[in-house]
Amino acid sequence: MVQETMANSLHGVPINAYLTLSAVLFSIGVLGVLYRRNIIVIFMCIELMLNAVNLLLAAFGAFRGDSNGQVFVFFIMAVAAAEVAVGLAILVMIYRNTRSTDIDSLGKLKW
Amino acid sequence: MKSLLLLSGLGIGAMLAELFNFKKLLFPLVCLGLLAAIGVSVYDWNTDIRLFNNMLRLDNYALVFTASMSFITLLWLLGANDYIEHETHVSDKYALTLFTLVGAFVMVSYNNLTMLFIGIEILSLSMYVLAGSKKNDLFSNEAALKYFLMGSFATGFLLFGVALIYGVTGSFHVEAIGDYCLANAGNLPTMFITAIVLMMIGMAFKVSATPFHFWAPDVYTGAPSMVTAYMATVVKTAAVVAFARLFYNAFGHAPVVWQIAISLMAVLTMFVGNVTAVFQQNVKRMLAYSSVAHAGYLLIALVAMSKLSGGAIFYYTLSYSLASLLAFHILFTVSGNKNEGADISAFNGLAKRNPLMAFGITVAMLSLAGIPPLAGFFGKYYIFNAAIEAGRYKLVILAVIASLISVYYYFKVIIAVYFKQSNEAAIELNGLHKLLYLICVILLFVLAIIPELIVSMLK
Repeated sequence: MVQETMANSLHGVPINAYLTLSAVLFSIGVLGVLYRRNIIVIFMCIELMLNAVNLLLAAFGAFRGDSNGQVFVFFIMAVAAAEVAVGLAILVMIYRNTRSTDIDSLGKLKW
Repeated sequence: MKSLLLLSGLGIGAMLAELFNFKKLLFPLVCLGLLAAIGVSVYDWNTDIRLFNNMLRLDNYALVFTASMSFITLLWLLGANDYIEHETHVSDKYALTLFTLVGAFVMVSYNNLTMLFIGIEILSLSMYVLAGSKKNDLFSNEAALKYFLMGSFATGFLLFGVALIYGVTGSFHVEAIGDYCLANAGNLPTMFITAIVLMMIGMAFKVSATPFHFWAPDVYTGAPSMVTAYMATVVKTAAVVAFARLFYNAFGHAPVVWQIAISLMAVLTMFVGNVTAVFQQNVKRMLAYSSVAHAGYLLIALVAMSKLSGGAIFYYTLSYSLASLLAFHILFTVSGNKNEGADISAFNGLAKRNPLMAFGITVAMLSLAGIPPLAGFFGKYYIFNAAIEAGRYKLVILAVIASLISVYYYFKVIIAVYFKQSNEAAIELNGLHKLLYLICVILLFVLAIIPELIVSMLK
């Protein structure tokens, strides 16, 4: 019973609400990547961007009654996990050489 | 399918090589695998196979690029095996290279946005690691980080675009999206146009088109020279082809939305790339900016969208890849394997120190500048031809001006090679390097003799 009411009230949420929410989340992610200086925080912001996309895909999938969107979410989650593994490996490598996770500690390459 | 399985299997095998200690055999095995991949593409020619529920489509367009990228990788390995076998993690580097190529195959043959995403990620994840493969070198570290951050940032934009397109059309299928575009060409919803813009930003990052190119010079300079050579050739080819495939097949029926934006991007890319390259003293950085500029010429072919475009892109990427491969390998030898590359003065008196290398770098530079009778000239010719057929005269005029600017910095290197004196010792080359230089130089001349034959493969 509780589940049904949950499902009904969720169906009551219009698709535009999901769209706005993920657009806002995505923008927060983009701004975070552009303005934060700590590499770990930047990674988190990239994850936020990807998760905004996941939310949007899941919402569209449910809205259309089509499972393709949800399947794509699994692809994104799997790839994002691999990406974070590589990213953190790069971060560890940098930390070993500079003893810092601040992006400004690297600035050797400038035109 | 066969080449995908072959190279993935070989890549996994290469990783196991560390365990079972057959590292010595890896180089010949990988070369054989790449030759087999070329053979399979030739065998599949004209078949138009669709795989995995129509998610991959091996049409001639895909096959021709599969073959050319395998070939370029093979040539690259001839020179790069020094670099790969010089340090530790030999088998990992082979494996990562093969996985990159697998990603590139998927990127040129996708027929579903899921596959586009997977292909880009397979390629990028391996490239991030390769870019950082000199672990104790700060330049390499920084290159890997920048590449990683910019790459995943771009993927975010691309994915948001994909999600919006799914919302509008209800499909990830390139052909279904194309049909939707055709049916609603007059009044596309704002969400769809936003999606096109977002995907354009994502792909522009990948091909390093201005104003999204700023990562490229840094990453190209910081990464180990051999990895840069690979990035500037195979990776760039795959990105441009994926870009073109997306915009022809999916958004080809709504050109009004994106053509002006991409033409602007093409012009900016050519000018920013070429003008900035003029001011570079470091040859590696100069080549990096030149590779940005070349992406601009390729975007012209994309905008033109005439039936000549496919052939023009193929010919251009092939001739450009051969010339850059040659230039980067010679730079690698001249700069003494230093990560940051070398100043132009390192090329002083190369004509006396090693005539073959001097001739090689001259041919490479002339071809990149687009001087006839070399392949680079015909590459530009076919691109301009495609643009003129589409009636884009202004773009062609601007492109000609941009390539005139580029002649200046390519000639700086040639002048250093022939007219400057140096007391440096002569350079000895090993057999594989000589073979690589000879093949590249000969092909740059041969391609210029039979351009029509190559371009007509994609009609």
